Amino acid sequence: MTSDMAAPRRQVKPQALWKQVLKRPEAGALGGAVLVFLFFSVMAPTFRQPAALTTVLYQASTIGIPAVAVALLMMGGEFDLSAGVAVTTSSLAASIFATEVAGNLWAGVIFALLFSLGIGALNGWLLIRTKLHSFLVTLGTFLMLQGLNIAITKLITGNVATRDISGMAGFKLGQAIFASTIAIGGVQISIAIVYWLIFVAIATWVLLRTNVGNWIFAIGGQSDSARAVGVPVKRVKVALFMVVGFSCWFLAMHQLFDYNTVQSGAGIGNELLYIAAAVVGGCLLTGGYGSAVGSALGAFIFGMTTEGVIYADWDPDWFQFFVGAMLVLATVVNTWMRLRAVKG
Amino acid sequence: MASNDTPIIQLKRIGKNYGAINALRGVNLAVRQGEVTCILGDNGAGKSTLINIVAGLFAYDEGEYLVDGERVQFASPREALDRGIAAVYQTLALVPLLPVWRNFFLGSELRRGWGPFHRLDIETMCAETREALHKMGIDLEDLEQPVGTLSGGQRQVVAIARAIHFGARMLILDEPTAALGVAQSGLVLRYIAAAAREHGIGVIFITHNPHHAYLVGDHFMVLARGEVELDAPGSELSLESLMFHMAGGAGLNVLQHELRGRNTATG
Repeated sequence: MTSDMAAPRRQVKPQALWKQVLKRPEAGALGGAVLVFLFFSVMAPTFRQPAALTTVLYQASTIGIPAVAVALLMMGGEFDLSAGVAVTTSSLAASIFATEVAGNLWAGVIFALLFSLGIGALNGWLLIRTKLHSFLVTLGTFLMLQGLNIAITKLITGNVATRDISGMAGFKLGQAIFASTIAIGGVQISIAIVYWLIFVAIATWVLLRTNVGNWIFAIGGQSDSARAVGVPVKRVKVALFMVVGFSCWFLAMHQLFDYNTVQSGAGIGNELLYIAAAVVGGCLLTGGYGSAVGSALGAFIFGMTTEGVIYADWDPDWFQFFVGAMLVLATVVNTWMRLRAVKG
Repeated sequence: MASNDTPIIQLKRIGKNYGAINALRGVNLAVRQGEVTCILGDNGAGKSTLINIVAGLFAYDEGEYLVDGERVQFASPREALDRGIAAVYQTLALVPLLPVWRNFFLGSELRRGWGPFHRLDIETMCAETREALHKMGIDLEDLEQPVGTLSGGQRQVVAIARAIHFGARMLILDEPTAALGVAQSGLVLRYIAAAAREHGIGVIFITHNPHHAYLVGDHFMVLARGEVELDAPGSELSLESLMFHMAGGAGLNVLQHELRGRNTATG
């Protein structure tokens, strides 16, 4: 083949920096975060203080830790509606196994980890075996876990909450690992924030710099194509569900060592917050596109909204309204920007 | 490596059933190095089933499939790829939202570094993608652009270049010119001929278009309702004869007879 057969050369000018930034999936979320911050800064002056920022970041981390895993899963083309209650399931598993079965705190922690990974693997396995949409499969798991959480807790403890674990051996160490606070520049910040940022960094690395990241985008974007070139589609999907399981376990351990006891009915509805954070952060609902940093920005927006509503002294119910409005707005903006990006 | 005379792939009386439906039966086929075999046929004639068997996507139910004279039953396309048999499908196995270079190396990513820093070697992958595409007469300024933004011909060439880059010696091209204009079809056809003649690659070229097939084919097979309607080398076949078989063969004579006097049935 010689150049006389060459297809017309595509003349692409080097792009301006702002255009390159706008092409990123998380660009919309970044803009949204700035706007929300400005909004509450005006509405509630106390919102601007460093103490408020650490509260916001903490709130964001409790959404962001599962949200980054849910975002990876969504980029891989699947949903997980069970993530919200799965957090409670995991802390219940740890607490009940430690107090009622093994009598050892760490046995409970390990048991919960295996249990959470197992739920993820089960979701993935069911999805592959039944070929049903993940929405349906995980809706099933969600309802089952919601029922089991309360039923099993009542059955074993005779109560809707678990026993306090703070007296058990190893509690101090567990608390230091999962739920301590560290002082940075005079403000106390929860270690959950640090873990959250580390997880986001790892997820970003995996997505953009490893072959597995390439596979995740490909599977979400066009799984038939990915399969045709030899990507292990099923293994990656199961692994992604297990990553969500891990993130649920991690947040569960944080909450367990923070509150010492678990309310069996907690966590319902949070799965939608995780998904919303991923979508606001630029994840395409149909998969194949998105970013881990975006999910963090989405979680940050929801963290600001939760706390902003409180600082502005409004009724907390306004939070839900904001989440909904933000979701619709972000999706519209993200879709518009992606179309622009694809057109060049 | 097998000698030049041993076909790269050989099918002997291959058959495939979907439940009670007989999608393919008694198909014999041999493709040698540097040879272009064209497979033509109507929709539902069994072309796709045939190439999916060759590419390792489907298992066959009857007959034998030999690669380099050795019997195989592939469990996955990966196994076929490992033997140098690559399919370029109509969907091209490309992911529209993914950048060109990421698509090019999808499933065969180059990596460097060690341990937790074992990472994608983006520089080398971009350079190799650029070079492989350049050989085929395509210059893309921006390999980060999503594949979905390329023209149909460019996408086709990306997919073919990718298969050859990864060591395919047997290329299965599924309707590569179906959605293309004249100029873009020319580009793809010339490359198919060059791949076979210059690089000694065996090609199975699936098409609806007898004109395109006749330009590049060494051997022709027409399928109809899962069976072989015609199997002939190019030296024994005229374009008219190919078009006649493509249009329905003996069935066409009957139709022509019926319609004579009212309309002229075209070949």
